[in-house]
Amino acid sequence: MIEALQYEFMRNALMAGVLVSIACGVIGAYVVVNKIVFLSGGISHAAYGGIGLGYFLGINPVLGAIAFSLASALGMGVVSRKARQRADTTIGILWALGMALGIIFIDLTPGYSADLMSYLFGSILTVPTSDIVLMLVLDAVIISVVVLFYKEFLALSFDEEFATVVGIPVERIYLLLLCLIALTVVMLMRVVGLIMVIALLTIPAAISEQFISNLKKMMLLSTLLGVLFTTAGLWLSYAFDLTSGATIIIVAGVGFLLSVFYKNIAQRRTPAQM
Amino acid sequence: MSGEVIRLEDVWVHYNGLTVLEGVNLSVREGDFLGIIGPNGGGKTTLLKVILGLVRPSRGGVSVLGDSPNRARRLIGYVPQYSSFDRDFPISVWDVALMGRLGHKGCFRNYDEKDKGIAAEALKKVEMFDLKDRQIGELSWGQRQRVLIARALATEPKLLLLDEPAASLDTRIEVGLYELLHRLNEEVTIMLVSHDIGIISAYVKTIACLNRRLVYHASKEITPDMLDEAYRCPVDLIAHGLPHRVLSTHREEAER
Repeated sequence: MIEALQYEFMRNALMAGVLVSIACGVIGAYVVVNKIVFLSGGISHAAYGGIGLGYFLGINPVLGAIAFSLASALGMGVVSRKARQRADTTIGILWALGMALGIIFIDLTPGYSADLMSYLFGSILTVPTSDIVLMLVLDAVIISVVVLFYKEFLALSFDEEFATVVGIPVERIYLLLLCLIALTVVMLMRVVGLIMVIALLTIPAAISEQFISNLKKMMLLSTLLGVLFTTAGLWLSYAFDLTSGATIIIVAGVGFLLSVFYKNIAQRRTPAQM
Repeated sequence: MSGEVIRLEDVWVHYNGLTVLEGVNLSVREGDFLGIIGPNGGGKTTLLKVILGLVRPSRGGVSVLGDSPNRARRLIGYVPQYSSFDRDFPISVWDVALMGRLGHKGCFRNYDEKDKGIAAEALKKVEMFDLKDRQIGELSWGQRQRVLIARALATEPKLLLLDEPAASLDTRIEVGLYELLHRLNEEVTIMLVSHDIGIISAYVKTIACLNRRLVYHASKEITPDMLDEAYRCPVDLIAHGLPHRVLSTHREEAER
């Protein structure tokens, strides 16, 4: 691993891993406690439409993905709140529609887009320095918004009805949270690919939630776990010549299974207090 | 009318073609402790939501503290049913109590010493201050209910609205909870709904029965006669499924 650090692509990959872990840890905690994993999956897949559009228009596909994921986040948010019973269906439709649009846009684009697969499956090893800068900016945006709206997000997540009663504009705050998820998803897409975004968004938070009963600490532990998983996954993929995104997800998945296993053993030793 | 906290005039609510509330009239005076009892599905929670402005009636007038529900609800301390919460949610008793201060802060402003003082005071009132660092999932049902009451008190309310506060509590805990509410009633008007007809009647000042229609005995005293009615009406409703017969006798009595 040490000798690998002399390569710029490896340094960028490690850096990207740390930067996405920050967004993942903070936003993943909200995704898990709000139980909006499926919605987040929908946002990430719909973002593929933006990648297609980016190729079609000849602009940076990541910018297209940001636009599409924000638009789909707002769309899913508004529709799922208007027709709560059918939120599931709406998300599923937008999920597929976004992907289909992406494929059609790419059909319409002349020439062959070789690195298209990298958006589906991730390519942490080819993250250019410009993307690192973009990730830094996105991290800064996400953290500032979370700091500014921490108590509103907490109230919304814990008890939306009470938040409404005390006069919080819950609808707007909810949509703001979905926009942050959209930005996180775009960052993650670069690292693990949009198909596996959900795993890195939820696994660190799901592990932390089992052991931590404070949202801020949960965000911190999730971030550290994210760094651990991306770094370990990166090292394993380098050592054994495996696809980096998938290796990271497998490391995270194994981490999750171990945590559940450990939690069960620990609970058996000390019976749950009531 | 001065000192009137809630006024409902001929309020009707329909959900998907079903009538949930039917011509409800209600007047709650300052300092009252009103208990509304009735069977599940009788519209109790809907009635609370109408008062909070979360459900708009299809007909009728609602005034809370002399204002529209939407504007008045910042002055209402709302205690929802605990059963609708995620027990594993990573939040401490202290953070839940502080949430009561949320409506008093603009965006971008953090809780200050004054907010913390009010939240601490509210937790002390419900005897939960010593457990302030616990995660809410580690508490018993009765303790959680007290924390939700503390959160409502931290809003510095003029009116406390409680939705089934005694649901799934055992009798001893329930008595303790009503005694707490009885004490709080010295400072704040309270209205609670419950499908449970037991202990509630010994603590409230006025009582009403709700099963789509509201039968309200605007009495400040609990007479043995009233207690008898309060017990009888929902018991009959549930046991014999003859709401109309029971309600019609009520209506006659209310009109007298």
